[in-house]
Amino acid sequence: MSDTTDAAGRIISADGRPLKSSLNRALRREKLRALALIAPLLIFVLITFIAPIADMLFRSVENDIVSNTMPRTVASLRDWDSTSGEVPGAGVFESAYFDLAVAAQKKLHSQLGTRLNYELTGMSSMFRRTGRRMDDVGEVYMDQFAALDQAWESPEVWAAMIGDADWLASEKAWAKAQNPGTPPPAFEVKEGAQAALPLTAALYKDFAAYLRLNDGDSPTQEEPWPVFYAALYTDLINRPDAATAFSGADAQRLQTSAAAVTNFEAVDYKAAFVKADDGWGQVNTWATIKAFSPKYTPGYFLNAVDMQKTPQGISAQPESQQIYILLFKRTLFLSLTIMFSCIALGYPVAWLLANLPARSANLLLILVLLPFWTSLLVRTSAWKVLLQQQGVINDTLVWIGLVNDTDRLVLINNQFGTIVAMTHILLPFMILPLYSVMKTIPPSYLRAAKSLGATNWTAFWRVYFPQSVPGIGAGSILVFILSIGYYITPELVGGTTGTFISNRIAYHISSSLNWGLAAALGTILLVVVLALYWAYDRIVGIDNVKLGG
Amino acid sequence: MSGLPPYASTGQRIWYYAFRVICGLIFFFLIAPILTIIPLSFNAEDFFTFTPGMLAFEADAYSLKHYQDFLTSPDWQAALRNSLSIAPVATLLSVSFGTLAAIGLSQDHVPFRRAIMAILISPMIVPLIISAAGMYFFYSRIGLQGTYVGVVLAHAALGIPFVIITVTATLVGFDRSLTRASASMGANPVTTFFKVQMPLILPGVISGGLFAFITSFDEVVVVLFVGSAAQKTLPWQMFIGLREQISPTILAVATILVAISVVLLTVVELLRRRSERLRGMSPG
Repeated sequence: MSDTTDAAGRIISADGRPLKSSLNRALRREKLRALALIAPLLIFVLITFIAPIADMLFRSVENDIVSNTMPRTVASLRDWDSTSGEVPGAGVFESAYFDLAVAAQKKLHSQLGTRLNYELTGMSSMFRRTGRRMDDVGEVYMDQFAALDQAWESPEVWAAMIGDADWLASEKAWAKAQNPGTPPPAFEVKEGAQAALPLTAALYKDFAAYLRLNDGDSPTQEEPWPVFYAALYTDLINRPDAATAFSGADAQRLQTSAAAVTNFEAVDYKAAFVKADDGWGQVNTWATIKAFSPKYTPGYFLNAVDMQKTPQGISAQPESQQIYILLFKRTLFLSLTIMFSCIALGYPVAWLLANLPARSANLLLILVLLPFWTSLLVRTSAWKVLLQQQGVINDTLVWIGLVNDTDRLVLINNQFGTIVAMTHILLPFMILPLYSVMKTIPPSYLRAAKSLGATNWTAFWRVYFPQSVPGIGAGSILVFILSIGYYITPELVGGTTGTFISNRIAYHISSSLNWGLAAALGTILLVVVLALYWAYDRIVGIDNVKLGG
Repeated sequence: MSGLPPYASTGQRIWYYAFRVICGLIFFFLIAPILTIIPLSFNAEDFFTFTPGMLAFEADAYSLKHYQDFLTSPDWQAALRNSLSIAPVATLLSVSFGTLAAIGLSQDHVPFRRAIMAILISPMIVPLIISAAGMYFFYSRIGLQGTYVGVVLAHAALGIPFVIITVTATLVGFDRSLTRASASMGANPVTTFFKVQMPLILPGVISGGLFAFITSFDEVVVVLFVGSAAQKTLPWQMFIGLREQISPTILAVATILVAISVVLLTVVELLRRRSERLRGMSPG
């Protein structure tokens, strides 16, 4: 058989390769083919589903709004000690002015105020009030510069002074073309202007980028923001020789302005801030801004468990604002109640189904499957109709005479409504796994137990029940997982006392707009569900998920 | 419990019948709410309870006016149109991607099979409110929030686990030598797929598709967040109706949906039997 083995004694396949590598190649090809079939769906699910979940996890710790909106303030607060008991110095107020003046022009200051208001009440109105006053501060300098030289009020002068020559040329071409819809060319700072007037150039760049992105406008046509004059003042005070970096009329104007600014009336930023809102004079305000300046924060998670991050460290929320632990407990309690109701109602039915002849069992199974297949909203509306005060159940009770017409039972918009409706909705999820487990238990075991002298109860409890425990476990975990994430039914029949943590998540997404907190609550819920699911996989196995019998 | 033995004692007899009564009550609890809304939807009044006339079976206490309202109201018609334009497209997406992937997953040597399966099944495991929150955040980042495409993609993702589960279950009983036989007779993989494999796994594909369809058709949480008013579906309209002023039209819609569920349930059951018969798992 020399033609099927090579010199080293390895078996050779028909094409002359060693059999082992040939087999490996075939296996590899098969693997690749399988992966190629799976890949489209995997990519689809990763983009449409996994990425959103990852985004939610990210949002639960993301906190870049403070450092994005107030970058200079965050940088200057780094040296300030929030435990010193003193309000930060003039430098911080100056940075805060430039940050907030820009933010107010972009209308971002109220968003920041809303964000910080989650941490310290009153921040929202403070930021809104202060944002309105920012232009007044800049106008003090604007008037003085304009009195010195009228040219300072012209948008073209500013653009020519700070903008790069190439950019100016392409901007002119764009303005001439009058092509609506095409954005103006991207702004570029003139070489030298950045070094000579750093603050002014940075703010102007921001201004040009903002106009381009939001209005499709060019800075040559828009009035300069008042904050530029304050920036120019600061730059000229710091660098009296800034004019040397420029040429022509710009150099001339800057030269005279640099000489004049030393006699300008200067603004006390701190006084201006405190005048706009007293809050700026309090240490706590600044400590909160400093505490929430990092890009990531555990703050939302702390809020989700009724704690808060304060400048002094982590502490419990004031008692009046502690609701989340209560909501988690309630979600747990209601889910457990629903789970046990499902076991109590599902066990006898599954037992009956498993022990009836196949024909009648299949017929009765339809009664279980029909609710399972019926729209969730149909079942919820049915319960709403039944449980209302003027509904079918109350009417029947009044008709029988059990209840007086004047004091009808309150069956809906409370925990009772949620428990009844959700037990009904989730009962098939308990019956189906129980039924499939019970069908495999041979009835002869019970007969054997009885023939050996066991009573009915002993036979059931010692022989039958232990064998049905896997079914109870599978059904319970399934019902529990499904119920702790329920939203629609509690929302419609739960009123205020029968709602779940999901309802709070929805509230934060659509009403209070505190997305970070919604994401943190969602993350906690997700972790609980995944842990339970892991347990389910260990006990039942993922491949044993059965759908509709 | 398949019958009471003739020697049963009185206690056993009482227990036997009591147990049946208890089970009967539980079945009543399961089915009665759904059956109650059907006659109520023919109420001639705008009430949510049986009027004396209805209980006396007077003909003029019943009417089709709520159905007429459903068929003529622009809100409900727009909702129906939206549902019918979203669910089929989402189903098509999940079935086509899902069937391919299920075939891939059923091969012998799939690396990371468990991890891949966990990812593909995850839309069914993660609570809807969390999926909805994540999709709302992410889709508004990439400009899909409030668009038709966004809702279709979201619903397709939610339907995928059902397709994967039903199709892989069908493939378990699929005899792989059939594809080899087909290949040995000169059929290329595409022909083999459509002429040999597909007809045999079709029942699984169709019931997976029905599950995906009903998932999208009944879904309300995700569409509430990912959709905008222009994507208002039938369940969304029902949700609004139930939360605000509940109008009896909802009961007419609910009855129609129950009828649809009965049809779908029958189809799935028939398909399941057919599939078992084809695979020789039961004598039929």
